Amino acid sequence: MSRNPNPQPQAAAPSAWRRFFDGDLWHSYRSSPMAILASVIALVCVVCAVFAEFVAPHNPFDLSTLELMDSRLPPAWIEGGSGKYLLGTDDQGRDILSALMYGARISLLVGLASVLLSMLIGVGLGLLAGFAGGRVDGFIMRTCDVMLSFPSILVALLIDGVGRALFPHAHETLAFLVLIFAIALTGWVQYARTVRGSTMVERNKEYVQAARVIGVGPLRIMFKHVLPNVLGPVLVLATIQVASAIITEATLSFLGVGVPPTSPSLGTLIRVGNDFLFSGEWWITIWPGAMLVLIALSVNLLGDWLRDALNPRLR
Amino acid sequence: MQAIVVMLTVAFIAFMLFQYVGDPVTNLLGQDATPEQREQLRHDLGLDASFPVQFARFVGNAVQGEFGLSLRQGRKVSTLIVERFPATLELSMAAAVIALGLGIPLGVIAALRRGRASSQLLMTLSLLGVSLPTFLIGILLILIFAVNLKWLPSFGRGEVLAFGSWTTGLLSLDGLKHLLLPAVTLSVFQLTLIMRLVRAEMLEVLRTDYIKFARARGLSNRAVYFGHALRNTLVPVITITGLQLGSLIAFAIITETVFQWPGMGLLFIQAVQFADIPVMAAYLCLISFIFVSINLLVDLLYFAVDPRLRVEGKAGGH
Repeated sequence: MSRNPNPQPQAAAPSAWRRFFDGDLWHSYRSSPMAILASVIALVCVVCAVFAEFVAPHNPFDLSTLELMDSRLPPAWIEGGSGKYLLGTDDQGRDILSALMYGARISLLVGLASVLLSMLIGVGLGLLAGFAGGRVDGFIMRTCDVMLSFPSILVALLIDGVGRALFPHAHETLAFLVLIFAIALTGWVQYARTVRGSTMVERNKEYVQAARVIGVGPLRIMFKHVLPNVLGPVLVLATIQVASAIITEATLSFLGVGVPPTSPSLGTLIRVGNDFLFSGEWWITIWPGAMLVLIALSVNLLGDWLRDALNPRLR
Repeated sequence: MQAIVVMLTVAFIAFMLFQYVGDPVTNLLGQDATPEQREQLRHDLGLDASFPVQFARFVGNAVQGEFGLSLRQGRKVSTLIVERFPATLELSMAAAVIALGLGIPLGVIAALRRGRASSQLLMTLSLLGVSLPTFLIGILLILIFAVNLKWLPSFGRGEVLAFGSWTTGLLSLDGLKHLLLPAVTLSVFQLTLIMRLVRAEMLEVLRTDYIKFARARGLSNRAVYFGHALRNTLVPVITITGLQLGSLIAFAIITETVFQWPGMGLLFIQAVQFADIPVMAAYLCLISFIFVSINLLVDLLYFAVDPRLRVEGKAGGH
């Protein structure tokens, strides 16, 4: 047992929660009203999105419950509105509040999935670049430079466009995958650069050399020893990237090249509602917009707080 | 050097799009053309040549601005782009002027009044500006100024004057009115970016010794802030603004869609929707050309502005 280079796992498991609540992070969270507010808002949005079937007052996709007589009703507190539909209805008589919840689910799903994917790609390539050095490093970093010089929305549009052209009559799930892939491919650069930087620092530390001396393989060193030590900044980045991925998805959907119209995300709802702006039915487009901003803002605030809390230099 | 590599890579991607995405012959002739017709067109389009020859031909044509016919509109891509380019350029420039003209002073104010309510308000607003997607800002502006107040028009370019192949909306009141909302929409993101950057740089500079020395010499606040501090904060600001100019043109895609502004972005988004490869390829090449030249220009400008780089360059033997 004494030769085990990594004895922490046995000791850590039972007291992890205890350590968390005693730690700096929890203290910093409790003393930051902004972080508490943001996390509560984000949590409410996530719960509404995940449990939309149970929370939503209506099912916007169940055609049998739709009544065309109820179409384009304003929010409940405005004259002509009905208490049945709190935020009003759209042109097909769907309850906007319910459509929001279902839409947020798709937005969050695409956002989280693409962040996860870009994190996998970015962390993997970053570790490789930082660890291997030399030509591999040069190649990966030059690719990053080129990717960074183009705005992400343009890259995402392009990949999405190519995907569309390649599979013109794509199945719905495929359209989703192309979209997630497009957003993920624009986001990985940030992770790769961050991870590469910290990997290069960690690589020369004693514990890595010790591991190497006792004959641990390079792959095992990379993932078992270096990876846990470079994950801090990645976490912060991932939080902020969730917000930007959700916004990118909404933008693509708004431009009409995002999720398939049969499963509307917040961006799709905004695009559809945009057509009714001029006839005075602002609520069809403003509510999804407000929801989108609420999610993005709260996630951004959380990310800001996390960055400050995890960065000892700023204290 | 790197610029050339990037351009060639982009050209290659565009070329691969042409080659492997969709069949232009089927697209042009339809499903029920005879094999002879197909063969003839294939030959006319040069599709029977070998791969390197086709790529060389593609690059040669691209350098001359020739990208073939739009699959959707059946017109030459180069004419389409030339038609649309002035609108996008005008919009981006107007947005850049607004972003710089408001962003720098607001950033200075936020830095000088650090900790006060006005600065806090500005920083919170700027966070909102980052979190608000461009298209939502556009929709909100349309709702307020076009639908409710009915002050400004919400789509198109309005009255434009033509000088040869160049069209401009800057010279008529109607054109300017049409420009205002899209330009403001496009500038918001850059504005917040510039403001935050100026504030951060300004705070950094205000801590340095030479500012303290300038104060010790008894210079007025105005001379210290604007004569000494601001000037030194502007170098990075110039760089970032230059680099952001390209993304202004790219983000114009969204603004142009919201306001139905007849620029290149609208052309591109329609091309993506209908998988119109020649237009996509041409737009891609043009945009990357603009990006690469801006990057190059900023590098040179930096070299000219910052004397330290020149000295290092000589010592290092670049």
